Amino acid sequence: MRSDGSQSAPLGLKIAAACGLLFLHLPILLIFVYAFTTEEKSFVWPPPGLTTQWFAVTWNRPDVWQALSLSVRVAAISTAIALVLGTLCSAAVSRTKFFGRETISLLVILPIALPGIITGIALRSAFSLADIPFSFWTIVLGHATFCVVVVYNNAVARFRRTSGSMIEASMDLGADGFQTFRHVVLPNIATALLAGGMLAFALSFDEVIVTTFTAGQQQTLPIWMLEELIRPRQRPVTNVVAMVVVLVTLLPILAAYYLTRDGDQIAGSGK
Amino acid sequence: MTTAALSSNPAPAILPGSGGLRGALSDLFWRKPKVLLLLMLLPPVLWLGIVYIGSLFALLAQSFFSIDEFSGLINREFTLKTYGDLFQAANLDIILRTVTMAALVTLASAVIAFPIAYYAARYARGRWKALFYLGIMLPLWSSYLVKIYAWKLILAKEGILTWLLAKLHLLWVLDAWLSLPIVGGNSLSVSFTGTFIVFVYVWLPFMILPVQAALERVPGNLVEASSDLGASPGQTFRNVLFPLALPGIVAGSIFTFSLTLGDYIIPQIIGTSRLFIGQAVYSQQGTAGNIPLAAAFTVVPIVIMGFYLWGAKRMGAFDAL
Repeated sequence: MRSDGSQSAPLGLKIAAACGLLFLHLPILLIFVYAFTTEEKSFVWPPPGLTTQWFAVTWNRPDVWQALSLSVRVAAISTAIALVLGTLCSAAVSRTKFFGRETISLLVILPIALPGIITGIALRSAFSLADIPFSFWTIVLGHATFCVVVVYNNAVARFRRTSGSMIEASMDLGADGFQTFRHVVLPNIATALLAGGMLAFALSFDEVIVTTFTAGQQQTLPIWMLEELIRPRQRPVTNVVAMVVVLVTLLPILAAYYLTRDGDQIAGSGK
Repeated sequence: MTTAALSSNPAPAILPGSGGLRGALSDLFWRKPKVLLLLMLLPPVLWLGIVYIGSLFALLAQSFFSIDEFSGLINREFTLKTYGDLFQAANLDIILRTVTMAALVTLASAVIAFPIAYYAARYARGRWKALFYLGIMLPLWSSYLVKIYAWKLILAKEGILTWLLAKLHLLWVLDAWLSLPIVGGNSLSVSFTGTFIVFVYVWLPFMILPVQAALERVPGNLVEASSDLGASPGQTFRNVLFPLALPGIVAGSIFTFSLTLGDYIIPQIIGTSRLFIGQAVYSQQGTAGNIPLAAAFTVVPIVIMGFYLWGAKRMGAFDAL
């Protein structure tokens, strides 16, 4: 705390911050080691030997592929719905002031602010009251609902930085509403939407709590993992799947970060 | 001559309406912005209103039904009996256990998060700042189940933690801790201590981000002024930094508290057989088929969070979000 302008942190703070970051990262790195272990029955450390055979075993497991394909399809469609709803909502909220604007923001944020179990059981009891059978679409319904907020947050932040006078200029120069949207609004918000879409995809791909209530008998990849965690059948396969899931979710997060880092509001800060 | 040309061929002051349906729509949106606004708001509001708010009300309605103890059928008549069931000793135990755990997890997250957030906000610059940001964001967005799985590997009896403690000749500390009542157990992965560690790990990034946001708004010269005026680093922390960071800590605690209250997967995979609210909800609606009691149980975290949010708002925590 000297005032000579030197920006060096006290040693204790450095150590505490470094330990905190290590605490956050080491457990995830451990997953990468366990994917190569030769041990089948227990979580013994250090691994008795290293092998890549479990990748081949996992590759030939139809249940893993089915779960992966269901997860990808659900995430893709939920993301598409969330993109449309989130963009519309953010455009309306950021362009005009109207009665109930705060309520709309609250409505969008609520599905992620309340614990997932409440969203999940609420949807389930609604399905049972309305006699809707569980299907692919009941999963999508739940996922799209909480994915809207991610797209919304990213798009609202971008709209805030985009000047409204550009839209007026475009209209003054004779473009109609659709041309303005296509050539002025869309290019401005495109990267924010892309980032929001990727985060929504990652969120849906990983979601398990709401899904356990809306999936019925089908297995998304997280549900498959949950089953393996509760009743382990083949631990090495779970290890490999866990490692692949880490890598698959890493990419959209990094991409979303690089797409939005120039702005003051960076994607992902509000999961 | 020019005036004649102008008057004979007047330039239109207003462009003519563009032709076709597309043009007509575009003109309508321009003349009546409210129509456009309504059209933009309608799909998201309908979706969230019907799917989400509708479901929440369906859930609330169910909590006023009751279950017939003999037939196991749900009796769809208004009653407060199900809420009365919440106050049975076993259920009160579950609520108390969950709230205690949530409070401890929140406290521990705040203590671990503060140095990271403070370093990132005050000392990290340029490349380091980006590194810190990603260092917090990547664990936040990593798969929830994979994170829990990683801790199952770490805390297992034959796992890396036992191995490490054995190498350091500190196994007796672990054994002494595990022999304690309540927090102990057969191994860390089936004890409340294990549940606690995993909760802290999984929700920690949710605490770091708002604390960092609050600390970034503290001007550096305030801290310098405090030490110039003779305060020790400890005094500066207590009287300057901490009060200014408090809204951020409260904002972060909203997440850690609420997420712990509602979680049912972590205590199921790493923990004892004693239930938390989330597990009670899950087993009531699943195996027991008692949806009214499950619904009444979910009202507990909603009410607790309602009070919590009300208190947080009074402390100005929402500005730090």
